[in-house]
Amino acid sequence: MIALKDKSSGTILGSVTIDDQLVEFHEGETIYQIAERSRRNIPTLCYDDRLEAFGACRVCVVEVEGIRNPVASCTTLASDGMVIRTKTDTIEKYRKTLLEMVASENRDLDINELAGYASQELGTLLDLYQARNGRFKGKQSGHSNQDDKNPFILRDYDNCISCYRCVRVCAEQEGDHAINVMNRGFETQITTEFGNDLRDSQCTFCGQCVQTCPTGALTDKKAIRAKDLDGEVHKTRSVCPYCGVGCAVDILTKGERVVGIQPAMDGPANEGALCIKGQYAFDFVHHPDRLTKPLIRQPDGSFREAEWEEALQAAADGFKKVRQKHGRHSVYGIASGRAPHEAAYTMQKFMRAGFGTNYIDNCSRS
Amino acid sequence: MSNPLSDMEHPNVIFAIGTNMTECHPVAATRLKKAIARGAKMIVADPRTTRMAKIADLHLPIRVGSDVALLLAMAHVIARDDLIDPDFINARTAGGEEFLKHVQQFPPEWAAPICEVDASLIEKAARWYGEGSPAAIFYTLGITEHICGVDNVQSLCNLALMTGNLGNIGGGINPMRGQNNIQGAGDCGAVPSNFPGFQACADPENAKKFSDAYGIAIDSEKGITKVTALNNAGKDGPDGIHAMLIDGENTVVSDPDKKHCEQALRSLDHLVVIDIFMTETAQMADIVLPATAFAETDGVQTNTERRVQRLRAAVKPPGEAKPDWWIISGIAKHMETPGFEFQSARDVFNELCSLSPIYNGLNWDRIENGEYQWPVPTSEHPGTPRLHEEEFKNGRGLFKVIGYRDPAEVIDSDFPVWLTTGRRLQAYHTRTQTGRSSGIDYLLDEESLEIHPDDANAWGIDDGDFVRMSSRRGTIEIKARLTDRSPRGTVFTSFSFASVPVNILTGSGYDPVTDTAELKVCPVAIEPISNT
Repeated sequence: MIALKDKSSGTILGSVTIDDQLVEFHEGETIYQIAERSRRNIPTLCYDDRLEAFGACRVCVVEVEGIRNPVASCTTLASDGMVIRTKTDTIEKYRKTLLEMVASENRDLDINELAGYASQELGTLLDLYQARNGRFKGKQSGHSNQDDKNPFILRDYDNCISCYRCVRVCAEQEGDHAINVMNRGFETQITTEFGNDLRDSQCTFCGQCVQTCPTGALTDKKAIRAKDLDGEVHKTRSVCPYCGVGCAVDILTKGERVVGIQPAMDGPANEGALCIKGQYAFDFVHHPDRLTKPLIRQPDGSFREAEWEEALQAAADGFKKVRQKHGRHSVYGIASGRAPHEAAYTMQKFMRAGFGTNYIDNCSRS
Repeated sequence: MSNPLSDMEHPNVIFAIGTNMTECHPVAATRLKKAIARGAKMIVADPRTTRMAKIADLHLPIRVGSDVALLLAMAHVIARDDLIDPDFINARTAGGEEFLKHVQQFPPEWAAPICEVDASLIEKAARWYGEGSPAAIFYTLGITEHICGVDNVQSLCNLALMTGNLGNIGGGINPMRGQNNIQGAGDCGAVPSNFPGFQACADPENAKKFSDAYGIAIDSEKGITKVTALNNAGKDGPDGIHAMLIDGENTVVSDPDKKHCEQALRSLDHLVVIDIFMTETAQMADIVLPATAFAETDGVQTNTERRVQRLRAAVKPPGEAKPDWWIISGIAKHMETPGFEFQSARDVFNELCSLSPIYNGLNWDRIENGEYQWPVPTSEHPGTPRLHEEEFKNGRGLFKVIGYRDPAEVIDSDFPVWLTTGRRLQAYHTRTQTGRSSGIDYLLDEESLEIHPDDANAWGIDDGDFVRMSSRRGTIEIKARLTDRSPRGTVFTSFSFASVPVNILTGSGYDPVTDTAELKVCPVAIEPISNT
């Protein structure tokens, strides 16, 4: 039996059998959550584990003994003694048919991974279940909103499968309710209040809808600019450079170029969330205004470029001269609240070890 | 923060004062929104009707700089209505008796005319906070950037102490830090009063510890603050400051009283600036040294909940830009200062850990996944997500007897309008970074002055007009934007745009303990600029 590791997080209600394996569970757990815990890999489309389960896509269905029809595992609470099968032929065929229907509108779907964190979920499942066979052909639903000229979020609803993850993340995670669902069935359309551009809605451009979209219908416009750049997309885990919340991010690079930012879904401070600055204000890094060479001021007031050795010597000589003339309490250091620890630590050591003073501060007083 | 960010989803009552969190710390604000959706009540004290105020259950639009009066009256009601936590007060605090007696003088009716809000709202806020355990306090620069910033913070501590809202899940006193590593700069000892790890400079044992570690006699009294250093720049005599090393700070745009600040830097014999851009401050330097930026630097930073996290380089820096630690060490070595033979960021961080009690249990490898919140005193220690759970570091939590005082400058017939400054969601500080990121201009391409429509009407100003705004220190021109987000008699703008250098106006006074500038209060005069 797979026992619960964390006994504290709720009353243990009993155990279920999943694919012949006995698994303990506690109060409030769904079949999907238990299955995930025991690594059953049930496919999903409308599921984001930060959001309330929704049960819309039906891809996560499983068989439960004693229940005639397959049940959506994400919305079905486990009960003691349940016998569950997650991968029978019937279930797999059911899933394939569902995906074939989803693919009836977008079998050519080919989404670049730069579109968003979850953007390849649908494409991956279509390939896994070989569902791009054109078995169903029908009407198109959703229509692309090309009029919204915002520079961050592409709204290509041709690819929308009405999983409502974007709507739910905006409501449940962000509390902003900027986007909502209009109409039903084939007329379903994700839209803003009065169909306005995002800029004129409650949208704060935090990018959460983009990152949870499983089809690339919502695409990160800034990142996708780099889709034709040579090279693989590489992710480096770091921390956002703006406020003090300390959101963990993955820096997306191609070669030596930062092409986008994605939130770290397991970031301890942010749990997958970001704001407009952390999500989209990254390209200052490659701005042509960046300083690239040490600069020394000349007698005429202009700067000239210098080699490091010369610049460091000149910087040191200046401090030595002032110390000689005015004493060790005439030099002051100001550290940055933006640079890492190593900068602040060496700055304070520069003053304390170099001058024997505590003439050091940072920018927190203003 | 005394409590972890995850605790923000658990209070019954949220008291947010002087914090525009949805714009300045949007991701933290999402946790408050979740708490509210779960049923928590939120009290917001802010002169402006920010989005925080809009989603609050109770908004106290207090006059700028009147926080102490509000907090005294809240303490009065909590004491009067017996909403105190006597067990907590007895077991864990000192000075309670005197404090409870002190606040008897300050009923809401006393505070109401000072704060310019109804006494009934103050009553309600006090009762909600007093009855709401766990009740959490959140604040930002709206509390600290006053001449009474320390009084404000201590008044908040008094509220938490009298109701036992410290060391509990979903409670605490939680300042939201504004810069990615401003907490870290303090942790690392880049302050005049403390060595790394908040070891007081004035304690001779600490001075000896660092004198031994660094191989030089270090002063055993604390140094002067940046504010004093700028005041003393170029001065004759023993107090004069004649050289500065500034790392990554655009002092002349972000600091109060811009003209004074420029003059100070100009009067130095030697100014070295390390930065990633040619900022307004770097332009005044004798030597400018190019640093690596986000995505180019390996290192460590600490967030507002004391979480120690790794930064990782993803790309090469441009040209010959170097990490700050390399540059500073290079200058030190050229001055023949020993102890700067660092080969990597790892070397620097590990030396910091060895000298800092709050980091003693950490090293470069242990912080790989960012799961530790300091203090982490030993390598077996699991970290400290929540401070003050069992006891306070210095024994007992001390009540402070505090009185209200007016801001450094108050409105009068010459300067009849309150100006308060702050931030906007889409711009970060002086825009050296957000201003150079594509797309941001689509949402925010210029700064404007928020004026209440009724005031604008009375002053003959239309939306979009340029106005002249003056304080005792200078004058700027700025475009008017009519909005009821700011109350009548108070205008608001940010300092983010160099084209609207609002810090020419600010700088009326400084907190006597911390030297923090009163950036949140500045009386001004506003007049339309006639088109003729």
